[in-house]
Amino acid sequence: MATGSITVAQTPLVLYVLRRADDALILGHRLSEWCGRAPMMEEEMALANMGLDLIGQARSLYTYAGEVEAAGHDEDAYAYRRDVRGYGNLLLVEQPNGDFARTMARQFLYSVYIDLYWRAMMASSDATLAAIAAKAEKESAYHVRHCAEWLVRLGDGTPESHRRMQAAIDDLWAFTGEMFEVDEAERELIAAGIAVDPETLRAAWTAQVDEVLATATLAKPAAAWMQKGGRSGRHSEHLGHLLSDLQYMQRAYPGATW
Amino acid sequence: MSNPAIPLWEVFIRSRNGLAHKHVGSLHAPDATMALQAARDLYTRRGEGLSLWVVPSNAITASDPADKDMMFEPTASKIYRHPTFYEVPDEVGHM
Repeated sequence: MATGSITVAQTPLVLYVLRRADDALILGHRLSEWCGRAPMMEEEMALANMGLDLIGQARSLYTYAGEVEAAGHDEDAYAYRRDVRGYGNLLLVEQPNGDFARTMARQFLYSVYIDLYWRAMMASSDATLAAIAAKAEKESAYHVRHCAEWLVRLGDGTPESHRRMQAAIDDLWAFTGEMFEVDEAERELIAAGIAVDPETLRAAWTAQVDEVLATATLAKPAAAWMQKGGRSGRHSEHLGHLLSDLQYMQRAYPGATW
Repeated sequence: MSNPAIPLWEVFIRSRNGLAHKHVGSLHAPDATMALQAARDLYTRRGEGLSLWVVPSNAITASDPADKDMMFEPTASKIYRHPTFYEVPDEVGHM
């Protein structure tokens, strides 16, 4: 029986697909932490729906990574048997839920980016990634809409809701720069038409975020130093705790099924 | 859930083209836009519909259950209002 952590082949395409899968899994897991804790039933369902969309995307991507790597790793192996340093998700998505405003702010900043990303990826020269993108884009488009409505209602709501939403945007802002980062391996894939250069998404992301912030009467944080490191496995302290929760069963009882 | 800032809405779904919207339940939402999103999240998780309506519950004027007899009982004896009450002559053919 397989035990312990797996070693993943560090080829550009495997790494690239795993990083996107990790984004979706970790953010989906964060949303699942709201189960039974949402402020109202309607939002409980909305959060769970978004989480399930993301976990579905993660499964498709992990499965594809497994095909590309061809080392016998399935989606569970990638999710449950890699350590913190093996995860390549954005630091943004591993940040704790905080209050409802913070969860919505995190989801909004990511969703605007990933919706633009999936839309562009529909033209990828990699047929599988293009197909995953076409399905995921419909889901992320709804996430953008839902979160934007909440940003406006909380930002332009009561003094208390405004204060909380502004604090959330301010605190998370330093994690947005990483979304537009590219390393050598990714540059290769961009040149091959497989990946999208995130820099080409920046103008649209900025315009969309600016518009919602303005409508929500929220101040855009000043451009400051940006956090990075998630893509290369250097994470905040939060991811280890998340993974200990996510991976506990498979780590304690390797290969367990029920 | 009696927060006046978060009123009640009634949800109607049209499941297929050509059918009418049908009442499926209710939910709480601060305004119409959020009610529509909540309706999508709560009531269309399993491919139930192609179109959604949300209506403020307080916009619905309902009959009083206490008036049930006065309102509906008198029709019980008027069986001639049903088409099956009439015999159609053979010469009419298929209707």
